Amino acid sequence: MATLEAVPKPQETLAHAVIRFCGDSGDGMQITGAQFTSTAALFGNDLATFPDFPAEIRAPAGTLPGVSGFQVNFSSSDVFTPGDSVDVLVAMNPAALKTNVADLKPGGILIVNLDDFGETDLKKAQCKTNPLEDHTLDGYRLFQVELTKLTRAALRDLGLDAKSMDRCKNFFALGMCYWLYSRPMEPTHKWLDMKFKTKPILAEANKLAMRAGYAYCDATEAFQVRYEVPPAKLEPGTYRNISGNSALALGFVAAAAKSGLTLFQGSYPITPASDILHELSGFKEFGVLTFQAEDEIAAMTSVIGAAYGGALAMTTTSGPGMALKTEAMGLAIATELPMVIVDVQRGGPSTGLPTKTEQADLMQALFGRNSEAPIPVLAPATPGDCFWIAIEASRIALKYMIPVIVLSDGYLANGSEPWKVPEVSDLPDFPVRFRTDPVGFFPYLRDPQTLARPWAVPGTPGLEHRIGGLEKEETTGNVNYEPLNHERMVRLRAAKVDAIVQDVPDVIPAGDPDGDLLLVAWGSTYGAITEALRSQRDKGVRVGHVHLRHLNPLPRNLGDVLKRYRKVVVPEMNMGQLLWVLRAKYLIDAQGFNKIQGKPFKVSEVEAMIQEAVR
Amino acid sequence: MTATTLPVLTRKDFQTDQEVRWCPGCGDYAILAAVQAVFPDLGIPKEKFVVVSGIGCSSRFPYYMNTYGFHTIHGRAPAVATGLKIARPELDVWVATGDGDALSIGGNHTIHMLRRNVGLKILLFNNKIYGLTKGQYSPTSEIGKKAKSTPFGSVDRPFNVLSLALGAEATFVARSVDVFQAHLKTTLKRAASHKGSAFIEILQNCNIFNDGAWETLTERDVRDDRTLILEHGKPLIFGKNKDRGIRMNGIELEVVMLGEGGATEKDLIVHDERNPNPGYAFLLSRMDSTPGFPTPLGVLRAVDAPVYETAMNEQVAAVIARKGKGELAKLLRAGETWVVK
Repeated sequence: MATLEAVPKPQETLAHAVIRFCGDSGDGMQITGAQFTSTAALFGNDLATFPDFPAEIRAPAGTLPGVSGFQVNFSSSDVFTPGDSVDVLVAMNPAALKTNVADLKPGGILIVNLDDFGETDLKKAQCKTNPLEDHTLDGYRLFQVELTKLTRAALRDLGLDAKSMDRCKNFFALGMCYWLYSRPMEPTHKWLDMKFKTKPILAEANKLAMRAGYAYCDATEAFQVRYEVPPAKLEPGTYRNISGNSALALGFVAAAAKSGLTLFQGSYPITPASDILHELSGFKEFGVLTFQAEDEIAAMTSVIGAAYGGALAMTTTSGPGMALKTEAMGLAIATELPMVIVDVQRGGPSTGLPTKTEQADLMQALFGRNSEAPIPVLAPATPGDCFWIAIEASRIALKYMIPVIVLSDGYLANGSEPWKVPEVSDLPDFPVRFRTDPVGFFPYLRDPQTLARPWAVPGTPGLEHRIGGLEKEETTGNVNYEPLNHERMVRLRAAKVDAIVQDVPDVIPAGDPDGDLLLVAWGSTYGAITEALRSQRDKGVRVGHVHLRHLNPLPRNLGDVLKRYRKVVVPEMNMGQLLWVLRAKYLIDAQGFNKIQGKPFKVSEVEAMIQEAVR
Repeated sequence: MTATTLPVLTRKDFQTDQEVRWCPGCGDYAILAAVQAVFPDLGIPKEKFVVVSGIGCSSRFPYYMNTYGFHTIHGRAPAVATGLKIARPELDVWVATGDGDALSIGGNHTIHMLRRNVGLKILLFNNKIYGLTKGQYSPTSEIGKKAKSTPFGSVDRPFNVLSLALGAEATFVARSVDVFQAHLKTTLKRAASHKGSAFIEILQNCNIFNDGAWETLTERDVRDDRTLILEHGKPLIFGKNKDRGIRMNGIELEVVMLGEGGATEKDLIVHDERNPNPGYAFLLSRMDSTPGFPTPLGVLRAVDAPVYETAMNEQVAAVIARKGKGELAKLLRAGETWVVK
């Protein structure tokens, strides 16, 4: 006779697990993923996330272009990527299943919402046969759950309409995953209370749905085993989960505080950079001035005006917007004013793939202006690194009186990782001194070490002067068209960029300091390369990895480091732009490893490349 | 004695050592002279003035003003000046621009600056031609204009500059003429005291590429008949003999001869530059596009409205007053955190 008491189900311990929630863009998959992520983070796992959503706000419900996904890799050891393939796939409809199932590991758990697999749903997803019946899913552990019906049943006493009840079904799925990975539900309870402060009934509804999903797994025979992923051993400290865009926003607030300047952001909305504007516009208590300009050009030129006035000025954009800012960036270079231009790269050309990631604006950043217009370029390697890059870019801009470009990308912008919160006292101080002394003042008199010109802001008595886009006479800054003066000024502007190398640390390769293969990379490919390097070195491959945060000027010792390896490969999410630079500058026969699919490298792809390269 | 005494400034204080490179006879000289004459009287310390310009003949202006000056790029002066004014609201920022700079390549910035009511003074030198690029027609050139790029005449319809500014609901809209020095200085002073965007169209002659651009208005023998000087609270009267006026006829304006058909001064529109409805000033701005009407000069509209940079900085102050000054350490730890031991 079976007892009525629930028997605890057996629990297996795993080193890491990858879950992907996918559904219609109206199904709340991003929120579901974000909730699972913060619970995992609070639990102490290391993690990496990858939100993948369509460019359309609401493509027709149930269709293939409308599918939105969120993947989280959580682990008991350090992780650097969201994972190549997934252990658990939650698919809310046939379209989500169709577009995502290929990434599910053989034998992986597949949870589908059975209620959304009707004839019309299948038709919208262009399925000729029902995948739940045609044996194409035989290689997976398929759980067909009536998510909609069960959610409605759980909420029937609340008096909500059907539409409102159905909007809670994502939390039923979340509850199931919490059970599956032995997670507490309290953090999400707390979040719901805050989110629906003014509509407590919706908080209650989502809690009920989540608990129903949890109980469903506990009670039904379907799930025989649950898993546990123990906390990771991270460096001691206070942590929070952070995305690249949030980290950039915080970094600029920190840079303003550490330089003693007012932060001014002039930006025009563009995917995937807009979140930086959203975030900074909320930080008014830090005196942040955010200006949503009428276009990309006004965004850039307003930043020039604010920098001229003595603010820590910055703009954020993506490739197409960067193209529009080009002429004004030339003015910023000519007038030698400090500012930061953030390009959160996306797939191109033209409008391209607005929500997908790419690294193809490097050439645009380095060379995309008329005439000789060199500019320093920095790139963060991880979401958390975006914070430090914002500070470093600001510091360089102010020290050298120069515009600086930061190249982030869609993957860093929306991806997140646990981030060790720094102490304010650990951040560099770089107070700014404006020029106030009229004695010996010339607008283009240079500091001998940095070649910076003085920052003489309007309102300072006795320093009235004119600047502009016309060529200037050395030192005086007066308009000057003389041939030799022009050549001197062109060379001076380039020398100033080169001088920044004194602030660029030498590179120390990760992995082997010399050997068969060196991988040289930049930006968001850091995670996949780091994991692949680790696994391949464990197999005895002598491989090193240089990850460049400074793309212009390049570190002083890079040329020497390149020579220490038999082969150099440059993995990039473009057609080989850093590769081009390295081949031109160092005359080495480096090879490219390129992916241009709007998606980051998989670890396995980099591993295969390493094996191929050293064969 | 007042608490602070300002140094007495003269026209000379605003002249630079730079050689002025406008063509001899250019209307820009007259505008420069008027501005240099007015600035010393505004009671503003010299270092607080900033002149920002775009590209074009007019945009050489900052080089000849001994103030802070920024010669930016084509069309972008309003946006540069907006950024500056937001960051430094206490500065007195003037924008020098032209018909091509402000209305063609920079049209977008011009309307958005006016829409926002950023506290800038905008001097739009309108000579109805591209001068610096040597004589192409501009967005204010009349239909049929024969210029370098339109040997058979332009087929573009021109902008009415003031209608455009009023369409953006600019809070101060005025017009003056390079050669009407006294009127120009008065208008500049009015603009200087306005809070918010103060937009002046200055009719200016280009004696090289569009000589006589405005002579049908400015020639001594016709000017009184072809222009109407607007004065707040005064009826709209013009003509050498002050014998003509403007009155409403339905929703249209109409020119009347005083004394004819019983028309008296009482029938005329009394100018109200403070009329909150921009439609009134818009009607006035249409006069010069209508045959038989005089071209209005002076202040068409001067109304009070929230000033952009003030509102923006007040919002910051209000949040600080409510929440207290932000603490970086707290911000970095905002949201959910956990401690690893």
